Amino acid sequence: MTTQEVGQPRRRKEDARLLTGRTRWTDNLTRPGLLHVMFLRSPMAHARITRVDVSGARDLPGVVAAFSGQDFAAEQGSLPCAWPVSDDIVIPDHPPMAVSEVRYVGEAVACVVATDRYRAADALEAIEVDYEPLPAVLDMPQALAADSPKVHEAGNKAFSVKIESGDVEAAFRDAPIVIDRTYRQQRLIPSAMEPRAVMVETDGDTFTVWSATQIPHVLRVMLAVVTGVPEHKLRVIAPDVGGGFGSKLQVTAEEVLCLLMARRLGRPVKWTESRSEGNLTVHHGRDQIQRIRLAADADGRIRGLRVELLADMGAYLMLVTPGVPVLGASMFNAIYKMDAYEFACTGVFTTKMPTDAYRGAGRPEATFGIERTMDELAAELRMDPLEVRRRNWIKHDEFPFTTISGLTYDSGNYEAATDKATAMLGYDKLRAEQADRRHRGDPVQLGIGVSTYTEMCGLAPSRMLGEANYGAGGWEHASVRMLPTGKVEVITGSSPHGQGHVTSWSQIVSDALGVPFEDVTVLHGDTAVAHKGLDTYGSRSLVVGGMAVLKACDKVKDKARRLAAHLLECSPDDLEFAGGAFKVRGTESQKTIQELAYAAFTGHDLPEGTEPRLDSDATFDPENYSFPHGTHLCAVEVDTETGMVRIRSYVAVDDVGKVVNPLIVEGQVQGGIAQGVGQALYEEAVYDAEGNLLTTTMADYLLPSAADLPDFQLDRTESPATSNPLGVKGVGEAGTIASTPAVVNAVVDALRPFGIQDVEMPCTPERVWRALAQAQEGVRR
Amino acid sequence: MPRITVTVDGITYEEDVEPRLLLVHLLRERLGKTGTPVGCDTSNCGACTVMLDGKSVKSCSVLAVQADGCDVVTIEGLGANGSMHPMQRAFHEEHALQCGYCTPGMVMAAMDLLRDDPDPSEETIRHGLEGNLCRCTGYCNIVRAVRRGAQEMGQAVTTP
Repeated sequence: MTTQEVGQPRRRKEDARLLTGRTRWTDNLTRPGLLHVMFLRSPMAHARITRVDVSGARDLPGVVAAFSGQDFAAEQGSLPCAWPVSDDIVIPDHPPMAVSEVRYVGEAVACVVATDRYRAADALEAIEVDYEPLPAVLDMPQALAADSPKVHEAGNKAFSVKIESGDVEAAFRDAPIVIDRTYRQQRLIPSAMEPRAVMVETDGDTFTVWSATQIPHVLRVMLAVVTGVPEHKLRVIAPDVGGGFGSKLQVTAEEVLCLLMARRLGRPVKWTESRSEGNLTVHHGRDQIQRIRLAADADGRIRGLRVELLADMGAYLMLVTPGVPVLGASMFNAIYKMDAYEFACTGVFTTKMPTDAYRGAGRPEATFGIERTMDELAAELRMDPLEVRRRNWIKHDEFPFTTISGLTYDSGNYEAATDKATAMLGYDKLRAEQADRRHRGDPVQLGIGVSTYTEMCGLAPSRMLGEANYGAGGWEHASVRMLPTGKVEVITGSSPHGQGHVTSWSQIVSDALGVPFEDVTVLHGDTAVAHKGLDTYGSRSLVVGGMAVLKACDKVKDKARRLAAHLLECSPDDLEFAGGAFKVRGTESQKTIQELAYAAFTGHDLPEGTEPRLDSDATFDPENYSFPHGTHLCAVEVDTETGMVRIRSYVAVDDVGKVVNPLIVEGQVQGGIAQGVGQALYEEAVYDAEGNLLTTTMADYLLPSAADLPDFQLDRTESPATSNPLGVKGVGEAGTIASTPAVVNAVVDALRPFGIQDVEMPCTPERVWRALAQAQEGVRR
Repeated sequence: MPRITVTVDGITYEEDVEPRLLLVHLLRERLGKTGTPVGCDTSNCGACTVMLDGKSVKSCSVLAVQADGCDVVTIEGLGANGSMHPMQRAFHEEHALQCGYCTPGMVMAAMDLLRDDPDPSEETIRHGLEGNLCRCTGYCNIVRAVRRGAQEMGQAVTTP
């Protein structure tokens, strides 16, 4: 064993099953006597429920039961919000099935349980519901007005948070330059390819819940709290899960209700959503209005930054709904030095689907706000957008650096990433081409967009989460067991849904224990197997979960060393570990880790007081967040006659610290960029004036296809994290955080000669065309 | 209830089906062929793509009765005797899947694409896969995998 596994582009162990259709998606699973659940959902954005009659459904063939909200009222509890971000927060009661009032289109009002899904669909049509309409509340500023109709009795303000650092008044007083911009973060639909599904089975005493979830461990705790089923009687399994992007970081109404139905009927039940149902009722992402004011000196140095956010909560606060905008609070100042900073955020209730975590969760919004504003500052100064960034960013020899918002960035090198990216793009040459096209009045204009992002991830130090009033810790757990035959079984509390944990964890274990990559297996996603864990979100898996695996390996190695010393009759200090064996220094005498595993298993000859096992648990709690960063550059061609935007080239140089598997890291960046491009150019959840969602299908909600995207050119720089021994920073969200502002900055850059300062997202051909038409009208006037 | 005869991955089935039963539900819920997943209900995502008499179809948009007398190949029947088809191997080599939910449809669509053009350019592949959505990969590695798969399949034919 000479090759180091960490750093190798290992092909994934997960693939073979997924590629040949031998998958375990929740909807693939069945149980004897399985019943199918379907929900009837509110067609009204806001209404009082005056009557629900499910009797017509009950009489139909194949129907086992039909329920209204009233049937669950005594036992369904309230869906949890785990992040009360402020003292003034209002957390309204959130019944999994509406009982007396509906507050968004899609809220469940009744359900049927039938022998198959076709019968269930028929039966839904026989349910009668009467509604008394109430006014929809859709616009955040209007919702905050005194005379606005109310979503909840307590009013439409969910919370307010304010953070101040430095003397903001002084920074803005007499500032030679003040940039004042308002940006809209449109509402997005996460759109994991696997729709949600949940199946529950009971033996009358215990319950097994299979769910397409990112968070089996959190879900188990929360289901116990919400339904009163004791935690030790609940087993939650996340089998193969087809993507999440935050959308499956949730405790959903359907999970709670399926559990209640299994309990009531004593039979296994399953619910699988349709895509249209999912677009309505999987929590949405983003949806903020950001007012950003930046004060600068005449040479471009930033003096201060003021951020005012309105964040649309939707109708209820779900698991981390209010925490999302607040996660961005420390990220608006980004990689820049400044004297003062102020962040104020108001959470607003509307009669729409609740928002919650979506890839990046608060940090993409913040990064967009500051990176767009930096381009505006550059334009105001008639300076290159890279130059204005250079004048303000933290230099590589200034790390560790405590920012104005109070985080300490441990490492980074913004200069190196930017130099590499500009060289790869051919930045100067493209600027020359841009000048030429502008000069010629070419109908196709060229724009170059810059995004020099950082993010806080690797969520998170438990202590810091406690300070932020989050309801759980941020540690992760792992077990590493040497089996009698010398193979290794790893159990991780992190719960993958496409990230390739099995492969990466195998690489870490292979190096740590000196065992072949192929000899490692990784188990996850079942609370009966992985008994402790905090699951997968916030780019935390490798940084926290991978570190727990390494820590468990180190403990196993310590035990193995003591056992080897006993068997080889030497002091543990005389042993050196290399190539999977403990060797007595200066001799040929050795014990391999596999021999030691067998010796521990037999227990024939162990040191006094040693248990017959070679395994260990470990829990890792990071001391700081990690801070990946990078420079993304995007070149777009904008057809000024049609408004069409085409991405011509896209360069990303990311610094995610040490890399365990470069193939997986590249895949994460590529997919992340595509999702960020989706927000910039294509995606938007649109509600009409009555509060109906108009984008309920993939024909209306446009996800980028292969034909819409170019090949991305990727490279890396490497500033290892100093906050964990692996030196890793996390990569799950970086691409999405970086790419949205890079693309929009490019679009605006192309249009700036026309006097255009902004195009609202998504920058569709219509929006670009209208911006141009409006600008030209302005010129004519 | 109409009775249909359909061959799926080499095995012939006779089934009584409701006229409204979708092919994908026949595959998944009656025949246990769960390798083909459902990603949407408007035939936009392509996750459920299978071969019907040699041509790719989205099995959520075909009725089971329409498949009467037809030969269906799903992702489970693509490789011979449990081994991977060169296109599946290419997806593995190029890291062209993450969560894997779109993968069966993506591989089947790629196979269909190669029927028309055995040596497709990047642009041909990108347009050819327009009806198959992936949320994880950003498509870069899928495009590479299809090119690699095409090359290996071409070699398999020409190598004596």
